[in-house]
Amino acid sequence: MQRVKEKAIELLRSGEVSRVLGWKTGEFFYDLTPAVFESVEEVEKGFVFSLFSGANLSKYLIAESKKEGKIAVFLKPCDSFSFVQLQKEHRIKRENIYAVGIQCDGMCDGESLRSAGCEGMTGVEDGESLTVHTLYGDQVIEKKEALLGKCQTCKSKRIVDFDELIGQQGEDVPSDRFAEVAKLEAMTPEERFAFWRTELSRCIRCNACRNVCPACSCEKCVFDNPVSGVQNKAVADSFEENMFHIIRAFHVTARCTDCGECSRVCPQNIPLHLLNRKFIKDINELYGDYQAGADFDSRPPLMDFRMDDPEPSVIYTRGGAAK
Amino acid sequence: MKKIAISELNSLFAAIAADRKLYIPTDDSTGQSQFTIWEEGSILSRNVNTVRSAKDSFFPQVENLMGFKVTGKQIELIETRDPAESFAVFGVRACDVRSFDILDRVFLTEPVDTYYAQRRENVCIISLACGKPSETCFCTAFGIDPAEPKGDVTCWMTGEALYWQPNTEKGEALTAQLSVLVDADVADIEQEKAAIRATAEKLPFGKLDLSAFGQGKTKELFNRPEWKALSQSCLGCGTCTFICPTCQCYDIQEFNNGKTVKRFRCWDSCMYSDFTKMSAGQPRPTQTERFRQRFMHKLVYYPDNNEGIFACVGCGRCLRKCPIHMNIVKVIKTMGEGTK
Amino acid sequence: MREPLIPMIGVVTNIRVDTPDVKTFRVVGLDGKKPFLHIPGQCAMLSIPGVGEALFSITSSPTEEAFLEFSIKKCGCVTEWLHAMEPGQQVTIRGPYGNGFPVNTDFAGKDLLFIAGGIGLAPLHSVINYCRAHRANYGNIDIVYGSRSKADLVDFEEILNVWCKEDGINVHLTIDNAQPDWDGHVGFVPNYVKELNPDTKKTVVMCGPPIMIKFTLAGLMDLGFDRTNIYTTMELKMKCALGKCGRCNIGNKYVCKDGPVFRFDQLDELPDEY
Repeated sequence: MQRVKEKAIELLRSGEVSRVLGWKTGEFFYDLTPAVFESVEEVEKGFVFSLFSGANLSKYLIAESKKEGKIAVFLKPCDSFSFVQLQKEHRIKRENIYAVGIQCDGMCDGESLRSAGCEGMTGVEDGESLTVHTLYGDQVIEKKEALLGKCQTCKSKRIVDFDELIGQQGEDVPSDRFAEVAKLEAMTPEERFAFWRTELSRCIRCNACRNVCPACSCEKCVFDNPVSGVQNKAVADSFEENMFHIIRAFHVTARCTDCGECSRVCPQNIPLHLLNRKFIKDINELYGDYQAGADFDSRPPLMDFRMDDPEPSVIYTRGGAAK
Repeated sequence: MKKIAISELNSLFAAIAADRKLYIPTDDSTGQSQFTIWEEGSILSRNVNTVRSAKDSFFPQVENLMGFKVTGKQIELIETRDPAESFAVFGVRACDVRSFDILDRVFLTEPVDTYYAQRRENVCIISLACGKPSETCFCTAFGIDPAEPKGDVTCWMTGEALYWQPNTEKGEALTAQLSVLVDADVADIEQEKAAIRATAEKLPFGKLDLSAFGQGKTKELFNRPEWKALSQSCLGCGTCTFICPTCQCYDIQEFNNGKTVKRFRCWDSCMYSDFTKMSAGQPRPTQTERFRQRFMHKLVYYPDNNEGIFACVGCGRCLRKCPIHMNIVKVIKTMGEGTK
Repeated sequence: MREPLIPMIGVVTNIRVDTPDVKTFRVVGLDGKKPFLHIPGQCAMLSIPGVGEALFSITSSPTEEAFLEFSIKKCGCVTEWLHAMEPGQQVTIRGPYGNGFPVNTDFAGKDLLFIAGGIGLAPLHSVINYCRAHRANYGNIDIVYGSRSKADLVDFEEILNVWCKEDGINVHLTIDNAQPDWDGHVGFVPNYVKELNPDTKKTVVMCGPPIMIKFTLAGLMDLGFDRTNIYTTMELKMKCALGKCGRCNIGNKYVCKDGPVFRFDQLDELPDEY
């Protein structure tokens, strides 16, 4: 992990880039902040890549790549999917970016450790398992239990696009990420409706999911636009919160890379990624396997037309479409 | 001082809830705690604090203010105020209890916000000392004692019993109704208080240096270069604002259902670009200005207007929940070092 | 206890077209009387339910006992609706809000210099007419008023037929560009003020677009005016107008409650965020 920091220093020192986008140390071991470093000194003082570098940095490139000079960015495999998708959507200037791919075994954060039962955390030792020092004594927990939700169903160790790799290139890995979706599909419509109403009832409409989402790159979101007629800051009717998430999921359909940031940042632990993942699963079943950000060449199914595309009427009846 | 066995908590809640709504922190399906209406079977959360603060009790996220019926050129005003009803909130931590004083200074100064005032008058606050503070807690930096929270009633929880100490007339009146409570000795909780204070001593930000902030610091802080780096990766979401117990900015919006127009207020965030955007211009054009506003308000402007009182209670919610882990502690520390 | 956010219903009894994009609306309560008392420089919240609520400065003088008037420029959602409506329309109104001008204290006995640009005359209109009504309490009154063209001068009739004809009031009008039916001064307000070279002992009350304020202020400084003697009125986005909703602050001051009237030495103490 030290190699990542050394690479950042090397890139700045050699003049290859003028800025580095990475993670900055926090007050605790787990509260890293995405940051742009402009000098070797800044990197030496504050850059860190650790078990807590979960934040996907690719969205910051929309603004950063349009600035003067070249910027280096560090991308974990899942982040690289967003990076590629943003390129396919012409949201970032690739020529201003030096992308360094870094391999990853899954990330944690303060909240995921807390969910695993830690409170009063003051330090951590990263090993086979995690030893978390707390105000109330040490706690040993299995890393697997403390991983971020998005890492528990990791879909790929492959870094899709990079200028340089630190560590090994990986491959797509078998993932049971659609299992949770299948569980929802197995519910009756009433059960499923109740499930989502309960989950979404906790929404405080903070917009963290939207603002962190690399696929939500509209200059002005329809929900912020007073002339759209749907601008809304809060619930006028509690059902509207639900619609916000559903509409957002529709809007990122076939563009969502399943990076899982929406669920990571949700202060209310709403499993928002399941909405997006449901659409990914549907698209796989209707139009054949497709994962946004997985490559440069494929055409997004919703922007592509093929003679054998299923008819909308078939989509409604489902089931038969994929066969 | 009264007490009740932990195993009997349910009967205490039932007794309180006999003639009013009672909110207690319970765990949601994801293990986080939320204030919910007590009902038979509710289980008191053991988490140190709720995701949303207790401010919801008086200042809900969305609230109808009034309605209008528009017919041709005529406008009819429809009062839609909810009837006053008394309620109790149990398990409010010391930080959140202090936050009510901060909100009161906004909503209860002339002209009084009657929606807020009505709920404030009808509530009985039952606070609960913090047995197990989190590393993100720093209420002590603001002179708050987690071992002795204020409120109409203060409670302490030991392994065996919940101790109950009424502090106000409202608290006494409620206590008189609760025959399930038995007399206890004040000395019983001294050990518990000492333990809480001992833990509080060890909190990493418990003695946070606030000397760079407070009344009259606008000139020194407003144009500091650190704001840019601090706000650099801010997503501009409203998480910090909405979970903050002292954030109270609101928007007034309307909803037209075709028959009547509901005018409602909802939480707003200074982190949002439209917060200050008008057709004539935008005084805070980038996230840096919006970010600065939030912290200057809590740490300088509010103290300026309120005898030096900071509009932060050290609950630590923003430390836990900011998607990019930027928070008031980092601001205080960075600025503190910068002004040395 | 009365809820300050709940408005009263008012009726727009008269709409006067002032310029191509400014109209003046006369508002009374349902009882036909003036909705509330105010002091010059104060504002009120007007709304059309379903369209929105917005803050406007009260243009009429407190000495006008029958009604409140608002000169409003069309520039957004609410104002467009107001411009489209007809007399007899009901609106909601609440107020008055803000500090207003110190007409009975700091202004008393002083020579007054009013400087306005475009719709900036609206808040000054109230003070000017108040001072006219209490003429003995003030010294000479100078009014410098400019706009883009003759057609854009708000209250032109009143200025010409009333203000210009009163003793002790000097009106100096200017428009940005020459036009055939205009034989008055041509040029921008800041330059005109410098040309007029007013006595620096005058108390200045200024309102207009930010760019006009900026250059006029600089000119006044050059002439030797004291910032403690120059007043302006501010506008920021507002929702509650009660100092509670949190958005109209400049540093620790809320424009809706502590303003909208500020002296420039007071503004100097506040951060530059307006």
